[in-house]
Amino acid sequence: MSLLQSLAVMFGREPTKPPASAYSEAAACLHEAKRANRRSAEERAEVNRQIHERHKVHTWRNRRWLTLLAVNLLFVVSFKFDVQLVEGALTASRVIGFHMADLNSTLQVTLAFKTILINLIIGSMTVLLMWLLLGGRSFCSWTCPYHLLAEMAEALHLKLAAKGLVNDHPLLRGTRTVLWLVFAVLAFATGYTVFETISPTGIVSRALIYGPGVALVVVAVLLVLEVVYTRRLWCRYLCPIGLTYGLVGAVSPLRIAYRPQACHHEGACRKICLVPHVLDCTKKGFAVDVHQGIGADCTRCGLCVDACPTGALKFEVKGLDRLL
Amino acid sequence: MTATTPALPPQAVREARRRFLRSALFGSLAVGAALAGWLPIARRQALHLRPPGALAEDEFLASCIKCGQCVQVCPVEAIVLGDLGEGFGLGVPHIDGRAQACDFSCDAVQCVLACPTGALSHTLNKKEEVRMGLARLDKPDACLARQGLGFKGPARGAAFPGLHRYEEVDRWKPIPLADHPYEVELCDLCVRECPIKDAITLEPIGDDPADKRRTPVVHQPCVGCGMCEMICPTEPAAIVVDARAQWRAA
Repeated sequence: MSLLQSLAVMFGREPTKPPASAYSEAAACLHEAKRANRRSAEERAEVNRQIHERHKVHTWRNRRWLTLLAVNLLFVVSFKFDVQLVEGALTASRVIGFHMADLNSTLQVTLAFKTILINLIIGSMTVLLMWLLLGGRSFCSWTCPYHLLAEMAEALHLKLAAKGLVNDHPLLRGTRTVLWLVFAVLAFATGYTVFETISPTGIVSRALIYGPGVALVVVAVLLVLEVVYTRRLWCRYLCPIGLTYGLVGAVSPLRIAYRPQACHHEGACRKICLVPHVLDCTKKGFAVDVHQGIGADCTRCGLCVDACPTGALKFEVKGLDRLL
Repeated sequence: MTATTPALPPQAVREARRRFLRSALFGSLAVGAALAGWLPIARRQALHLRPPGALAEDEFLASCIKCGQCVQVCPVEAIVLGDLGEGFGLGVPHIDGRAQACDFSCDAVQCVLACPTGALSHTLNKKEEVRMGLARLDKPDACLARQGLGFKGPARGAAFPGLHRYEEVDRWKPIPLADHPYEVELCDLCVRECPIKDAITLEPIGDDPADKRRTPVVHQPCVGCGMCEMICPTEPAAIVVDARAQWRAA
């Protein structure tokens, strides 16, 4: 998928089946071969069983949860026991003395204050470089404490949905793009960091470090909506922070790669994905190449890697295989 | 999908419309909720005491990145972050002088050094340059010195958790006010514990030399740190700090 298409889909365009001209020769051959040799459900199940021995694999999810908890606990512990490893909160911090600043918070402050602040330039560039290497929205799934709460709300939502007690009410994904622009304009026009007032990332991060406050009501309301009304309402459709980091991740070397060769196109990955539009290429006959990254909006959470029964989806560092 | 897109079934049209309405609704709610943060700013009666070096209020709210690094470095934990009721001031630091004043225990205004954005202005070098507000004798009738009264015991009672660095006790370590009882013939706690030289003095009330009554007078060097407000043993405090107030020659 081209960078522009990947960005367009992230901004809200619905992915469509690529035109015939988009396919590489190898991909076209592969799709042809797959159409010629249909496997029966039993055969597919047997392959799945062989490759994906255990019924449930949570390798990446567990690594990710541990990382997320460790990062956030590091903030808490640093303050509680005055270790001074990571001072501040997720909006801005000093890590062993080095400035770090959240990209979206930096944007809000810069637009509201209308001044270039040297410490924020240093801090946000450090963070930009870090997530450029680590995959952009991997900030969301590997660091943002709200993401973890939202995952729990999602699990509850899915449980209730399976019993028919709740339904998912999807939004247009472009809403997030509109909100990103609106909050940028508001910061500039009002001179206040308007978005920070509802940012669940900032609120949860500060609540963990400095103690809970009334502001957690914002988080509670979001979580309740996500359980009873719209699956992953905030992270999927609204959060401007996600879009900011998505832009960073668009050209990131650390990504999830898709190899359609072994794929059965059963869609297990799309069912559990926060941003299933990035996995559109896993639909039968949609992959334009035999090896491709899955798109800017991907949070690199690894749920699809765990879920994929055939190993068609894998973490990779782009170009590393050629280097080694 | 074919080249000519077939007309969508009515159900799909309905769902598309609903999806658009939901998006508009939740998008507006998010923006509306965030903008509601303006109300507490617009309706605010009294300003908060901000940490040393804070820029003018609007600039301060704009430039603060809400990270709390100032909170973390303060040795007396005087700085607290605003909650949701503060609106745009959510996560922005302030000081409640009566509960825990800034007594400059850190000497070098650590919060200013910690601030990554200069919301606490980096142009500040020493405590005497700070201008948080101005102390004012709010309830003259309650002031013990004005009544010629002394004071005995811990300034704010045995249960008060506030901290202060007593130079004569430990140059580096602040201790609870409760651990430092006083016994003075004429109450002079506000003058005695003021961290700024010549910021406040006790002046005679009348011309009669036998009259031991004195009144606290605030002078230009006052930085508005809130120490006098915290230490004042009357309830409520006879002396308070007006946040952001500027010195004007009387």
